[in-house]
Amino acid sequence: MWLPIAFGVLFFLPVGVSAQTTNSCLDCHLVLDPPQKVSREEAAKDIHFQKGLNCTSCHGGDATNDDPNIAMGRAKGFKGKITRAQVPALCGSCHSNGSYMRQYNPSLRTDQLSLYVTSVHGKLFAHGDTKVAVCVDCHSTHSIRPPADTQSTVNPVNVAETCSRCHGSADYMKGYKIPTGQFNDYSKSVHHEALAVRGDLSAPTCTTCHGSHGATPPGVASVSAVCSTCHVFQAQLFDASPHKAVFLAMELPGCVTCHSNHLIAHPTDEMLSTGAGSVCVKCHLDGDAGFLAAQDIHGKLKKLEAAISRSDQILDQAESSGMEVSQARLQQAQGRDALTKARVTIHGAQVEQVNSDVQTGMNVAEATYQAGVAALAELNYRRKGLAVSLATIILVLIGLRFYIKHIESPSTARHGDSST
Amino acid sequence: MSSEKPVHRPSDDSPEKPERRRFFGMFLGGGLFASAISFLYPILRYLVPPATVDLGGDSVVAARVGELRRGSAKVFPLGNRPALLVLGNDGEYHAMSAVCTHLNCTVQYLADVHNVWCACHNGRYDLTGRNISGPPPRPLEQFDVHVRGDEIVVSRQRNS
Amino acid sequence: MSLSAKVRNWLDERFVWSELTAPLKKKTVPKHKYSYWYFLGGITLFLFMIQVFTGILLLLYYRPSSNEAFESVQYIMTRVKFGWLVRSIHSWSANLMVLTAFMHMFSVFFLKAYRKPRELTWLSGIVLLGLVLGFGFSGYLLPWNTVSFFATKVGTEVAGQVPVVGHGIMVFLRGGEEVTGATLSRFFGFHVALLPGLATLFIGLHLLLVQRLGMSVPKSVEAEWKTLPKERREMHFFPNFLLRELSAWYVALAVLGALAAIWPWGLGVKADPFAPAPTGIRPEWYFLFMFQTLKVLPAKLGPLDGELVGILAFSVGALLWALLPFFDKDGTNRPRRWIMGAGIFVLTYMVAMTIYGYFAA
Repeated sequence: MWLPIAFGVLFFLPVGVSAQTTNSCLDCHLVLDPPQKVSREEAAKDIHFQKGLNCTSCHGGDATNDDPNIAMGRAKGFKGKITRAQVPALCGSCHSNGSYMRQYNPSLRTDQLSLYVTSVHGKLFAHGDTKVAVCVDCHSTHSIRPPADTQSTVNPVNVAETCSRCHGSADYMKGYKIPTGQFNDYSKSVHHEALAVRGDLSAPTCTTCHGSHGATPPGVASVSAVCSTCHVFQAQLFDASPHKAVFLAMELPGCVTCHSNHLIAHPTDEMLSTGAGSVCVKCHLDGDAGFLAAQDIHGKLKKLEAAISRSDQILDQAESSGMEVSQARLQQAQGRDALTKARVTIHGAQVEQVNSDVQTGMNVAEATYQAGVAALAELNYRRKGLAVSLATIILVLIGLRFYIKHIESPSTARHGDSST
Repeated sequence: MSSEKPVHRPSDDSPEKPERRRFFGMFLGGGLFASAISFLYPILRYLVPPATVDLGGDSVVAARVGELRRGSAKVFPLGNRPALLVLGNDGEYHAMSAVCTHLNCTVQYLADVHNVWCACHNGRYDLTGRNISGPPPRPLEQFDVHVRGDEIVVSRQRNS
Repeated sequence: MSLSAKVRNWLDERFVWSELTAPLKKKTVPKHKYSYWYFLGGITLFLFMIQVFTGILLLLYYRPSSNEAFESVQYIMTRVKFGWLVRSIHSWSANLMVLTAFMHMFSVFFLKAYRKPRELTWLSGIVLLGLVLGFGFSGYLLPWNTVSFFATKVGTEVAGQVPVVGHGIMVFLRGGEEVTGATLSRFFGFHVALLPGLATLFIGLHLLLVQRLGMSVPKSVEAEWKTLPKERREMHFFPNFLLRELSAWYVALAVLGALAAIWPWGLGVKADPFAPAPTGIRPEWYFLFMFQTLKVLPAKLGPLDGELVGILAFSVGALLWALLPFFDKDGTNRPRRWIMGAGIFVLTYMVAMTIYGYFAA
C-alpha cells in the first residue's frame, strides 16, 4: 500500500496545483479511485483553490505533512468526509462571515445561509431530511466555479439542468408529493429557448422565479408580482382588469392560469378565441359577457393580422415586378408593432382598449396597402409609357426603312450606289 | 441626319407618286419628332429636383425649436430605423436610436424617472443610451444633435 | 441654297474643314454576306454614349460616400422623376455594352479583320475591352449593396494573388487593406474620371484608324471579288450605311427601354461590412467564366497554388490574344487553322463556363 503512494509522491511532487505550497492531500487523492479521487482539472479550476484555500480549509488536517497518520490525524483537526448534514454549517462558517469574505470579494453576498433556512430545502433540512439540496448539490464539491463562468453548475444557462437532477427524477422525489415534470415543461418554453438556445441571459430560469438560496415557489398571490418584474405592462393591465379580483377570490394564480408556470409556450391568438386552444372557455360559459368579449377581441386581432398580410402580399407583388417599396415596408413594421401592442392590451380584458390599438394597426395596414396599389399603378404607367415610346421608335424605323429603300431604288441608282 | 446630294434629286425622276413620298416623310419626320419627345420628356422631368432633398439616411431635421417641452421626447425616422430625440430637464438635447438592443422593440422616454424605457421587457437606459437595468445587453447607438437656426438636426456620428 | 447648305457653308468658312470632310462623302463600305457584323462596333459605341449620358444624369444625384451611396441610389429609384428609368438604362446598357464588345471582338477575330495593316486597331480594341471591363467592375460597387460589396472584395482579393505585385495592386485598388468607404471613393474616381478619359483617348484612336484604313473584307470574299470584279459591291457610308447604322441604334434604344421598364434593375440591401458573406456570392456574368474556372481548379497543382495557376493562365492567354495579329501574318495556311481552332475553343470555353457558373448554386 505504501508503494503506489510513494510512487505518486515521487511522480507528482513537482506538480504545484495552484501555485502555492505543495499539497500532500492532492499528492495521493489525485491518483486514488473515486470517491476519494479529486481530478487535476477540478483542483485547477475550483474557485477555492484558486483563491489560495486548500483541502484543509474545509477538511482540517495538515497538508504539509506527507505522513498520512499526521496529515489526516485528529490532532491536526482532520474532519474526514463532511456529511450532508454538516455541509450548510461548514460552508456558512466562512460564507456568512462578512469580515472574512471581504478579504476575497467584498461584493459577494453573505446571506446565503440565512436565506437557505427560509427555503423549502432549509425547512425540511432543519427537520432532519438530508435528501434535500444542500450547498454542494448545486455548487458541486471540488469544482466550484463562480456563477459567471459558463461551465458553472449555477450559471443561468445551466441552472435548470442542475435543479432537474433531483426535481426531474421521479425516483428521487418519491415521497415528496410534488410533480417532477417541471424541467421537461420548462425545456419546451419560450424562456428556455431564449436563455439556453439564443443565449439571452435576461430570460428567467428556475432561480429567477423561485429564488436560489431561499428557494420557495411563489405564493398564489405573488405569482404575478414575479412575472411583472419583466412583463410590466401585462401585469399593470391585469391588475386593472376585472380578472384580478376574481382570480384572487378563486385563489387562482394570476399569469399562470392562462400561460402555465413552466410550460410557457409562445402565446397564440387562438388562446383568446372561443374554440380549440382557448383559455377563456376554461371559465367563461357560452354566451356570457366574457365569452362574447373574447370572440370580439379574437375577431379584431385576426382582422388586423389579415390586413397586414394583405399589405405584405401586394408589396411582395410590387417588389417582384421591380418596384421599390422599402419605405412602405418600413411602415409595415409600425403595423406589426400595433398588433403586438394589441396582443398585450388584451390583458386588461377591455374590448375598447384593444380596439384602439387594432385601429392604429388597421390604419397603417391600409396606408401600406395603398402604397402597394400605387406601386402597381406606377408599374402600369411605366409599361404604357414604354409602349408609347416603342410605338414612336417603330414609326421611325419603318420610316427609315422606306427612306433607305427609296434612295436606293433602281430608278435612282447611280454608279457607286448599290441596291438593297 | 442624311446628307442631301445637291446634284441629283431623286424626286426629279422618281416614278413614285409625290403623295407616297410625303407619306414616308411624315412617318420619318413624325416618328423622329415623337420619339425625340418620348426621350426628352423623361430627361427634363429628371433634371427637376424633387421636393425632399434626400432620404435622410445620414442626417435629418428631427424637430423645430420649441416643439418639445422640457422633459419630453419625440420618436422620428432616421433613415430606415426609428430614433429618439429627448429634451432633458436641464435643457440639453439627447438623440439616440430608438431600437431596443434586447429584442428590437421601439423604446420611449419616461419623464418622471428621466430615463428611456422599453415596454416589452422593462429594459431601461439613461439619457446617454447606456443600458442601466433589465434585459438589454448593449447601449443605444448615440447620434449627434445640432441646433441650426430653429431646426434641430440629428445626424449619425462620423465614423471611418 | 437650302438652309442646311447655308449652315454648312458658314461652318466651313470658319473651320476650313471641307478638304477633310470631302473624302468622307466618298467613303464606302464593302457589301457582302458578312456585312451585318460591321454594325457591332457602332452599337458598342452607341451604348457607350448612352452610358456617358445616363451616367452624367446619375451624377446629379449620386453621393459617393459609404454612408450615403446606397441611400442616394434608393433616392434616384424612388423620388427622382424617371430616376428608375435612367438608372435601369444605365445598368442594362452596361451589360449590353460588354456583350456587344465581346461580340465585336469575336467577329473581328473570326473574320480576321485584325490582319495587316489593322494590328493597331486590334490592340487599341483590346485596351478598350479592358477599359469596358474596368468600367463594369468599378461601376458595380457604386450602389454599395451586399452583392457589390462582396463581389468587389472577392475580385480585388483575386487581384492580390498575382505574384510579387499582387498585394500592391490590391492595396491600390482598395485604397487600403480592406474594402471600405475609401474603396468606394477610389472606384468612383476611376469610373467617372480616369476610365472615361482613357476611353475617350482610345476610342478616338480606334475610330481614327477605322476611318483611315476603311473596313476590312474577309479573305474569302476578297478572293471571290478578285476573280469576279463585277460582283464587287460597295455601299456609300453617307447616307446609306449611316441610315442603317442609325436604325440599328434605334433598335438598341428600343431594347434598352423595354428592358428598363419590364425588368428594372434591383437595388438589394445596403452593404454591411461586418456581416458574413452571403452564400452563393459571385461576380457579374462577364467575370463568371474566370470566377468559375478559379473555383474548379484544385487547391494545389504540383508545387503551385491552384488559383495562382488559373490567374497566370488567364494573364498569359490574354497577352497571346492581344498579340494575335503578329502571329497570324497573311500567308501560310497552318497558323490560320490552329488560330481558328483556338478562337473557337476560347469562345466555347467562355460561354460554357459562364453557363456553368450561372447554374452552379
